[in-house]
Amino acid sequence: MTAGTSTVEREDTGTGRDGFARLVRAEWTKFHTVRGWVIGMVAAAGVIMGLGLSPGRQGSCGQNGPDSVCALPVGPGGQEVTDNFTFVRRPLAGDGGITVRVTSLTGLLPTSGEGTRPGLVPWAKAGIIIKDGTRRGSAYAAIMVTGAHGVRMQDDYTHDTAGPPGGVSVASPRWLRLTRSGDDVSGYASSDGTHWARVGTARLAGLPATVQAGPFATSPQYTQVINQPLSTGEVSGPSQATAALDHVTLQGAWPAATWTGDETGAFSNASPLQRGGFQQTAGGFTVTGSGDIAPAVPGAAGLGTTITQTLVGTFAGLIAMVVVATMFITAEYRRGLVRTTLTASPRRGRILAAKAVVIAAVTFVTGLAGAAVVVVFGPGVLRANGVYVHATTTFTEVRLVVGTAALLAVAAVLALALGMVVRRGVIAVTAAVVVIVLPYLLAITGLPTGAARWLLRITPASAFAVQQSTPQYSQVDNVYTPVNGYFPLAPWAGFAVLCAWAALALGLAVLLFRRRDA
Amino acid sequence: MRPAGMRYALHAEWTKLRTAPGTVWLVLAVIALTVAMSAAVTAAARCPAGGCAVDAARTSLSGVELGQAVVAILAVLAIGGEYSTGMIRITLTAMPRRTIVLAAKAVVLSGIVLVAGTISVLASLLAGRLILPGPHPSLEDGSVLRATVGSVLYLVLIALLSLGTAIAVRDPATAIGIVLGLLYLFPIVIHAVSDPDWQRHLEQVGPMSAGLTVQATTHLSGLPIGPWAGLGVLATWAAAALLSAGLLLHLRDA
Repeated sequence: MTAGTSTVEREDTGTGRDGFARLVRAEWTKFHTVRGWVIGMVAAAGVIMGLGLSPGRQGSCGQNGPDSVCALPVGPGGQEVTDNFTFVRRPLAGDGGITVRVTSLTGLLPTSGEGTRPGLVPWAKAGIIIKDGTRRGSAYAAIMVTGAHGVRMQDDYTHDTAGPPGGVSVASPRWLRLTRSGDDVSGYASSDGTHWARVGTARLAGLPATVQAGPFATSPQYTQVINQPLSTGEVSGPSQATAALDHVTLQGAWPAATWTGDETGAFSNASPLQRGGFQQTAGGFTVTGSGDIAPAVPGAAGLGTTITQTLVGTFAGLIAMVVVATMFITAEYRRGLVRTTLTASPRRGRILAAKAVVIAAVTFVTGLAGAAVVVVFGPGVLRANGVYVHATTTFTEVRLVVGTAALLAVAAVLALALGMVVRRGVIAVTAAVVVIVLPYLLAITGLPTGAARWLLRITPASAFAVQQSTPQYSQVDNVYTPVNGYFPLAPWAGFAVLCAWAALALGLAVLLFRRRDA
Repeated sequence: MRPAGMRYALHAEWTKLRTAPGTVWLVLAVIALTVAMSAAVTAAARCPAGGCAVDAARTSLSGVELGQAVVAILAVLAIGGEYSTGMIRITLTAMPRRTIVLAAKAVVLSGIVLVAGTISVLASLLAGRLILPGPHPSLEDGSVLRATVGSVLYLVLIALLSLGTAIAVRDPATAIGIVLGLLYLFPIVIHAVSDPDWQRHLEQVGPMSAGLTVQATTHLSGLPIGPWAGLGVLATWAAAALLSAGLLLHLRDA
């Protein structure tokens, strides 16, 4: 054998695109005639579907008659929302406004036992709200003081605008004002009741002429992450907030004479912390509430799970595909076929490119089939088992299926390149599995959250971000960790990290392939 | 079994493994990667001085999760190399009693992993001592000693499981895929399954999730399975792999 680069010859038949197509065909023939590899691919698709469609979870939704059906209200934007709060309301006809002074916001938190302790969750909310009736999920705009995020103007569940920072006390109260003009609702904040600053204006399209308006209070689920090596747990439970409001002034037409108190979306079997209510005081109210007015999230702070759950088989399929992709190159070395291959087509970079194209195409199609079946049928299996599965848009579902297939394809190319670099199947398979699967495993088990997020930003395992199906909301405290299906990078950014690793490995493989003897 | 036959077989296997290219590097890689990852995880899990809720011994030994992958490579290559080069036919011609060949390979491999594992585990504990603030886990503490000895035995059992799998499937790349799948997939699937009963059952049968309970030194009552019983589960996996390997060696042509 002579050194590669010095004896490169031009192919005598077919150059350029045509020659490459022939190479791809040759590699495809090599692939599909090895029965073990085809079986490996079928097994990969099978295990993705098998793990995705086996329930593995049991829920109580809809399992005990019609009363147990789990349903979340749907907000104006079409997303599932949480809409539980104590609402002290009067109808407001036409344009008008309401001004209040908030002098205190206190709360109760659950403890690991049955008891409670004083404290506020960061997103405990109290203030004034204008809402399209009392139906859960209806449009609203509100301005509020919060536990730890200062004054906020929020509307239609997903929109959140920051106002002046700081908490409230009798010594430093906070004045809030909400005015309606047509479809526009504007929120104002002031520290003295004279100097006002506008926090934001919300446009609530189609707001009826008469709306419900008044003070409100609510306090979301309390979650605390407990970090222990090799097991990360969570303590969570309902919390409660109580606000004192006075100096209530109304502008416009408020037809009813008295205030009505509602616990919007009250829980049928509420714990003491989940019970709300209000008291009229001299010149104002004390309002107590529990719940949230926000987008509904899966995981510790919410209900049920997501469609991402059904894709757990990706890891098993990935290992099978990594084995096949590695063998696709190392088998040539083991059997000496590589010498024949190089005699037939001496241009080494193109051979590797053709192999990469074939293995990427095969794994992409296999992954696409597996992921599509799971994403289409998996949620049905979970729901039949009483598990609440959050709705996802078709666009997200397509991204999940295509993203999973692309992840598997690029992982296979990475494994192929590693196989070329080390030329030993065993070492290449281990290296690929260790860099792609192990970081994810560490991130969901042993590591503290900070280290886990760091791992999922730089290792090839970042690519599993393409499987995230629900967005992260800054105005909802939840355990946004990989084990709950939340990744530190945006879906395609995470995927790009894997692509960068694969490109690096492929570049190194081409370099070594050119410089080494076969 | 004639003792002389076994001694020759051991000598032959020791020579093969000692002189195989890569064995020394793999042993060094087991030690380096185990210690490096133990140190990295310990540094990441470092808690404020004084109150420390983490299991210091277990955290210091977490590099075993990575080191076991290299141990698996070592074990698979110990036999896989023979299949891919056809050496296995010479081995079986010289040593027709297959049980002896298998036993000798298992013994020599266990010896090497025992040494590499002991160095890795002790060095990891030492790294943990340097990184973590006190009180340090001490080998005089019964549970820390159990975690230390258990981690070494864990690596030996992983080697035997890999050896058995490699003989049973005869293809090294497939064998390592199966071994790594068995090790790493169980914990991921366990996290995806939310049903507590199912989680517990899976933790009790997974070779890695059950086997690594031997490293626990705190919160022992919360373990899905007792530390030694957990290592016993892994031993069962390894025994099953070796048994099927022995059976297939007898039944099949090389």
